Amino acid sequence: MSAPPLTKFARSPRRSGESQDRRTELVLGVLACGVLALVAGMVIFVFAKAWPSFSHNGLKWFGPGGDVGAQLQAIFNSPADPANYVYLLRAWPLIYATILVTASSVALALAFAVLSAIFIVEFAPNRLRRILEPTVRLLAAVPSVIYGLIGVLVLVPLVGNHLITRAQKESVIFVVQLTGNSLLVAVIVLTIMITPIMIAIIVDALRSVPNGWKEGAAALGVNRWRVMWTIVVRSARPAIIAAAVLATARALGEAIMLAMVAGSVAFSPNPLDGPTFFLEPIQPLASTIVINAEGLTVVPFGQTLYAFAAVLLVSAAGLSLCGYAAKQPLKRYGIRA
Amino acid sequence: MEGMMPPPIRRIVVDEPATVVAAPAATSQTNGSTPSHSSPVSVTAPRRRAASLAGGIERMATHDLSILYGDKAAVKNVSLPVRQGEVLALIGPSGCGKTTLLRSLNRLVELTATASRQGRITLDGQDIDALEVTQLRRRVSMVFQQPNPFPMSVFDNVAYALREQARKRPRKSELGPAVADALQRAGLYDEVAADLAHPALRLSGGQQQRLCIARSLAAGPEVLLLDEPCSALDPGSTEIIEDLIVRLREEVAVVIVTHNLQQAYRIADHVGFMYLGELVEYGPAEQIFGSPQEQRTQEYVSGAFG
Amino acid sequence: MDRIGLGLCWAAGIALCLIAAAIVGFMLFKGLQFLRPDLLVTSPVASQDQSKSGGFLDPMVGTLILTTIGTAVAVPLGVATAIWLSEYARPFWLARAVESGVDIIAGTPSIVLAIFGLIIFQQSFFGFLSFTAEGGAVFGRSFLTAGLMMSLIALPLIVAATREALQSIPGHVREASYALGKSKSATIRRVLIPAARPAIGTGAALGMGRIAGDTAIVVILLGATALQAEGSTPLFGTLRGTGSTLTSYVYNNSPAGEGNAPEKAYAAAFVLLLIVIFLNFSIDTIAGRRKMEAAWKG
Repeated sequence: MSAPPLTKFARSPRRSGESQDRRTELVLGVLACGVLALVAGMVIFVFAKAWPSFSHNGLKWFGPGGDVGAQLQAIFNSPADPANYVYLLRAWPLIYATILVTASSVALALAFAVLSAIFIVEFAPNRLRRILEPTVRLLAAVPSVIYGLIGVLVLVPLVGNHLITRAQKESVIFVVQLTGNSLLVAVIVLTIMITPIMIAIIVDALRSVPNGWKEGAAALGVNRWRVMWTIVVRSARPAIIAAAVLATARALGEAIMLAMVAGSVAFSPNPLDGPTFFLEPIQPLASTIVINAEGLTVVPFGQTLYAFAAVLLVSAAGLSLCGYAAKQPLKRYGIRA
Repeated sequence: MEGMMPPPIRRIVVDEPATVVAAPAATSQTNGSTPSHSSPVSVTAPRRRAASLAGGIERMATHDLSILYGDKAAVKNVSLPVRQGEVLALIGPSGCGKTTLLRSLNRLVELTATASRQGRITLDGQDIDALEVTQLRRRVSMVFQQPNPFPMSVFDNVAYALREQARKRPRKSELGPAVADALQRAGLYDEVAADLAHPALRLSGGQQQRLCIARSLAAGPEVLLLDEPCSALDPGSTEIIEDLIVRLREEVAVVIVTHNLQQAYRIADHVGFMYLGELVEYGPAEQIFGSPQEQRTQEYVSGAFG
Repeated sequence: MDRIGLGLCWAAGIALCLIAAAIVGFMLFKGLQFLRPDLLVTSPVASQDQSKSGGFLDPMVGTLILTTIGTAVAVPLGVATAIWLSEYARPFWLARAVESGVDIIAGTPSIVLAIFGLIIFQQSFFGFLSFTAEGGAVFGRSFLTAGLMMSLIALPLIVAATREALQSIPGHVREASYALGKSKSATIRRVLIPAARPAIGTGAALGMGRIAGDTAIVVILLGATALQAEGSTPLFGTLRGTGSTLTSYVYNNSPAGEGNAPEKAYAAAFVLLLIVIFLNFSIDTIAGRRKMEAAWKG
């Protein structure tokens, strides 16, 4: 792309170099196309495998109705005869759980990350900054299973034993058991997990805002906080969007950690329950796959799990498309995307 | 800038100080009393301004001001008045501390972590340390060497300071007249009036710099600091901005840093010559260019160094 | 308004410090409390009392093998893709397609990659990579299959790092090489790849961190069992067999898994954290050296 078009003019008599060039391009191109073929294969295979589950349920697949846990159980236990496979599934509680936990933790993490990044870039004392930045990068690299471990061994007992009252447990005892594995813990741990990577990206972006803009605003008598907020954060919006997209992708696909702390009960928390809402267990799509991985060999059940994977795949692709689209209008005013 | 007029010719005679004579084609359009024949320096540029507005009131002053970066002194013991209604030009070779001096006037130099200051700066007799820094910068605004319009529309750029100064967020319609006025004062209105939503970064360099001036003017400053505002621009834009500066001095006190002697001569009422952090000579432009008192000043304005 | 914003900003900063300190401190404390040397050198043993039954030598070996396979596949593929994208990229539409392909891989949850891998490697064509049952059913789970899927996790990171490095090499460096009569492929081999080497190292280290930290692929494609070799060939047998890694060990020993031995989970998590810290440290070292070497970056 950035290579100068020099080769066009350099018609040297050394033909061997030229043919070698052509061979190199071919080999590299084939490898690159291999990556493409892999992606295409992934999409095709996953959808082909998932198709029976979608086709048997139609659009109702995405809707509410009945108990998902029981439906999954029925699919798992369906007769071995292909003609009698059970496919009935109304996956809304799982989708709802995914949206709920992803949206709330990304929203929390976004606010927290932008503020922390401003703090690190502008207000933190030098010495603190020098410790904080590597620590944030380290936290961004900590495996999710470690966050899950802390969540399940520290936060879940804490919430289960101290935050949930007896009355709350009793109020929903016929519907679901409150153990501490809850939406609340899931959102907290997921927020802590995705915030560092967002901070790292946003800090880099805030740093790369041209100094002239900051000085120009300061010279107009605008204080440091307003300079950061109105000029620096504003011009770093593309990177903030990119960070949010990346974090959302991670939250969406987080399986193990959520399987550890969210309760693994396919239940849709009802906002009308008041504070109990946050203490009810959930089960997002990705962790449903991990928890039920043993059942992949049962044909209809496996196909159902692949349907979950297909939904995740489409959401992830749609997400990066949305991020790309959101950055476009910003380019007009010269903000580098 | 040199494209506009024939450059002066430097006559070099062995064992004699270098002198400058006027280029033959130059016609002197000077309005002021330029002692062209009696001095060793013959400046050929036409002056843009009318004669100095006599007796402008002093708005800012530095008293024994020194600025240090770490241990290194960039400005040494400078005492200098800035008067309303006139253009003060700071000239001198690169690295002589002119920009640092300028940036210290609205405490922008404090953004550099290692910088420290000795001596006093006053604004209307009041020590600027007693003012809140944002208040000071609203009264003493600055335009930079590189045009730095924000990545927003033309309108939002000019409205930025107004919005930031307002207690409640003003509506766009309320800002319209003020924005148009600032653009008009900066001589940019006619060029951008058709599309105020145009991205500021797509303007030409000269337009961008005038937009930055308009942005500063919208904030209602009393003193305007200009740090080599034309050095990144083409001759045409430079001419427009010089005209603008000369017009502006009636409303605000103007301090301009330039390393272009011709420009200083064209627009300045008073000139300060700085060398290695010291203020070597300060006086009316006619004196600095016509009959400098100091040897170094004479050498510099005659082109012996710098 | 501004005061609230500024206050929130400080609050967020202080909260960040506290949370970071709490996490790091807690893991350090628990790790030092529960990590005993014998845990590192003994294999897991199935027994009633999980807290006393063996260590996590196997998972450590598993992490090592998996990271090695994943990186070994991802680096050449990623570098080749990055070079093609930044130096050739013809035809244009194909380059855009490959670019979006890499983006899609980057955004795909690892759990989806894992079960995709299961479909692929259960085809009888790939039978040689894993265990084949009597009757021809291919198991699809082994170090080889898991490692190949792991390489997809690391791939986007390596492509991104390499591309960025290649794009920051100014055109005149390439021109200088052509001016000396070198062909384009020689320029890539002798000039561009050496210049991009630190970035490739950074990308690889980032990718290794992601591989070592991934659990979903291990649980689904590696089986999360003790090391179980397939066949009699010593090394290849192990690679075709199933196993576990530190991540799956932590998962299985947490209350969410079957083991429920939090002490060992903490100890294994601590070792995992040390690996991540080491990788992070090497990234910083590479990045620091790169700044010194690449003078044209100014």
